[in-house]
Amino acid sequence: MVYLTRKAEFSASHFYHNPEFTPEENRRLFGKCNNPNGHGHNYTLEVTVKGEVDPRSGFVVDLKQLKQVLEREVLSLLDHRFLNKEVPEFATAIPTTENLAISIWQKLQPKLEVARLHRVRLYETPDLFVDFYGEP
Amino acid sequence: MKAYLTRRYLFSASHRLHSPEFSDSENRAVYGKCNNPHGHGHNYTLEVTVAGQVDAKTGMICDLVQLDTFVHQEVLERFGHEHLNALPPFADAVPTTENLSVELFRILSRFPQATLEKIRLEETMLNSFEYAGGAELKI
Ligand SMILES: [Zn+2]
Repeated sequence: MVYLTRKAEFSASHFYHNPEFTPEENRRLFGKCNNPNGHGHNYTLEVTVKGEVDPRSGFVVDLKQLKQVLEREVLSLLDHRFLNKEVPEFATAIPTTENLAISIWQKLQPKLEVARLHRVRLYETPDLFVDFYGEP
Repeated sequence: MKAYLTRRYLFSASHRLHSPEFSDSENRAVYGKCNNPHGHGHNYTLEVTVAGQVDAKTGMICDLVQLDTFVHQEVLERFGHEHLNALPPFADAVPTTENLSVELFRILSRFPQATLEKIRLEETMLNSFEYAGGAELKI
């Protein structure tokens, strides 16, 4: 089994707010991220896939295909978007790094044909990242 | 769904690597420059990884403000700008980054709001250490 990681960058804006909480709770829990005007991040996404090396191509996965799937299923939907307003699942769910990593997994996993998705790692800033392995 | 959140923190501390088990010349041979009696400092980067279910109401594994506060109080304020050899955990143990990793894991595993998965400690740009309480890493 060989693991392959592909990196991509995208920029998006968001804010954190749960209407069930009081304004004070929202501010305490979400801090500056609670500002309803939103704010942006340059996200770095690392997608790790795993599989056996194909004896003919020497590849675990055709990187060209992986790039296309990543572009079509993830980046085109998230890059330069206001997540709360333009990405359907975040009309209700809060676009935290955790939820965004899970959502990226769910977009990618059914579309990968050859290699299996192992991990989605999403950096919101260089000091904060989330890993998701598809665990329930 | 279970996710893993990693947060990076910085602190500086000094240490001297010297073991009473070794002779002076053995200490110099084993620890090299790190055996210098006056000690020397590092800018450590600490990565703390917590694991847990993503809360449906907050979208988070744990309250980040609480995690930051805990790490500040329990680690950064206690170890930052200190001479590690003078601190209680290193009264009998050499303050290598291995031993420091084990000690920091022990402290951080008391964080009440989420399960500590592992820590990663960068001593320099070229050396880093990971400890998951004795468990294998998830890669
Ligand atoms: Zn944000």
